[in-house]
Amino acid sequence: MTSEIILQAIVTGLMMGLIYALIAAGLSLIFGLMDIVNFAHGEHLMLSMFSSFWLWSLFGIDPIFSIPITILLMAFCGIVTHYFLIRYILKAKMLIQICATFGLSIFIRSIAQLLWTPDFRNVDKPLLEGRLEIGSVFIGQPQLIASLVCLIAFIGLYLFVTKTETGLALQATAQDRHAAEILGIPSNKMFAIGWAIGLGCVGVAGGMMANYFFIFTDVGINFALFAFVAVALGGFGSIIGCLYAGIIIGLVESLGGLLIDPSFKLLYVFVIYLLVVIYRPQGLFGRY
Amino acid sequence: MLLDVKNIDVLYDDFQVVWDVSINVNKAEMVAILGPNGSGKSTILNTISNLVHHRNGSIYFADNLISEVPTYRRTELGISHVLERRRVFPHLTVMQNLLLGAWHPKAKEQLSNSLTKIYKIFPKLEVRSDQLARTMSGGEQQMLAIARGMMGLPKLLMIDEPFLGLSPIVVKDLIKIFKNIVSEGISILFVEQNVRLALSMADRGYVLESGRLVVSGNSDDLIESDKVKKVFLGN
Repeated sequence: MTSEIILQAIVTGLMMGLIYALIAAGLSLIFGLMDIVNFAHGEHLMLSMFSSFWLWSLFGIDPIFSIPITILLMAFCGIVTHYFLIRYILKAKMLIQICATFGLSIFIRSIAQLLWTPDFRNVDKPLLEGRLEIGSVFIGQPQLIASLVCLIAFIGLYLFVTKTETGLALQATAQDRHAAEILGIPSNKMFAIGWAIGLGCVGVAGGMMANYFFIFTDVGINFALFAFVAVALGGFGSIIGCLYAGIIIGLVESLGGLLIDPSFKLLYVFVIYLLVVIYRPQGLFGRY
Repeated sequence: MLLDVKNIDVLYDDFQVVWDVSINVNKAEMVAILGPNGSGKSTILNTISNLVHHRNGSIYFADNLISEVPTYRRTELGISHVLERRRVFPHLTVMQNLLLGAWHPKAKEQLSNSLTKIYKIFPKLEVRSDQLARTMSGGEQQMLAIARGMMGLPKLLMIDEPFLGLSPIVVKDLIKIFKNIVSEGISILFVEQNVRLALSMADRGYVLESGRLVVSGNSDDLIESDKVKKVFLGN
């Protein structure tokens, strides 16, 4: 095995990792804010990929240009999810909360299968195509751009949460809902904003992946699983933890596949997950 | 009359914890709610903030009925509430905690004024402004919680167990600070278990037992009252 192949695997892993990181950040933001796990996260990712696909297929908008529309659609989807479902289960028992978002995932996936059939689709001849060759490493252009856009979105999210007034209010609500409410910060509005941003992140990732990934109704399942692992690994409620965790998962997936056996790619990631749960349940950057 | 709570009942599900309680607070007055553990003192403050809803009765603030006003709208009316056990945002800095205290537009306009004033009252907070709130001592956190409440420009400052777990020196400081706040025309309504301490600083007091008002009146009269002795010392 040559060093070029390993380098290739590292680059591929990094690029995937940045996408995992952004998806996980959306999940982590929602969880940190209101202690609710969005088990429909993968289905939301699937929806954002389909949004990108239909905008291309029906209106001829290339995925790279439809990104803002997809983000807005997903943010709207987040607000709707909050107002029509989450709002009613905020004070419910954990099992009810799990069933609610898990049920939502099945609902979305079934509706998608009904409307769009389980066929695999892809965007033909997107603007972003081809690959770069740097030394002996090949980098797919759509993958590269997708991971860079995800990284930029991630940085944007981080700056928003830590530097803006609304971000500060989100953090306050996450840390002590009642204390924030007493100061004049309406929790319900903050939760809706949290859902909008959380699913907006998914919109960025899904919209960019529509350039090169097959689009089908079950596409979100593995991504959601990886997002859960990333959130646990990075530490519940830590956004910056998601970045490191996403990259670690991307690297483990691609290097494990290369060095050991590609058919067990998922296994390596879940071994990491188990190790974290057993030896460092609070994750790398966790507060809990 | 600034705050007028009239005959409220409060229930947690089917369990009634406050029975027919009436409390009022005038402008620039310091009023104490006294009572043993579990007598419903905190519940009354939480009801005035609408964290808990009351069943019967009504709550007026500055002559307006506020029973239906949601919690987050009450700061702009002029009610600041310092919750039991401080409840500062642990993973935010002192400065960020203070900024969040000035959330409604009027308070934001006055932000720099308020900060200057707060730093004068609590000089330690200025020194520690970049420190995470959770790394401060209990006394400092209590000061931060009160300062954060002041940032909302309250007419009425409600404080739940302000002296819980604090050293006698800090308690002394806080009493002085409370008196200063009242001398600026702000009313303070606080909950306390230590009767002697509370009545030594408050103008008036209300004594609760098992969710019912037992006796109320001027601090000087209450200190001598047999009923107060009975509630706190038993028969």
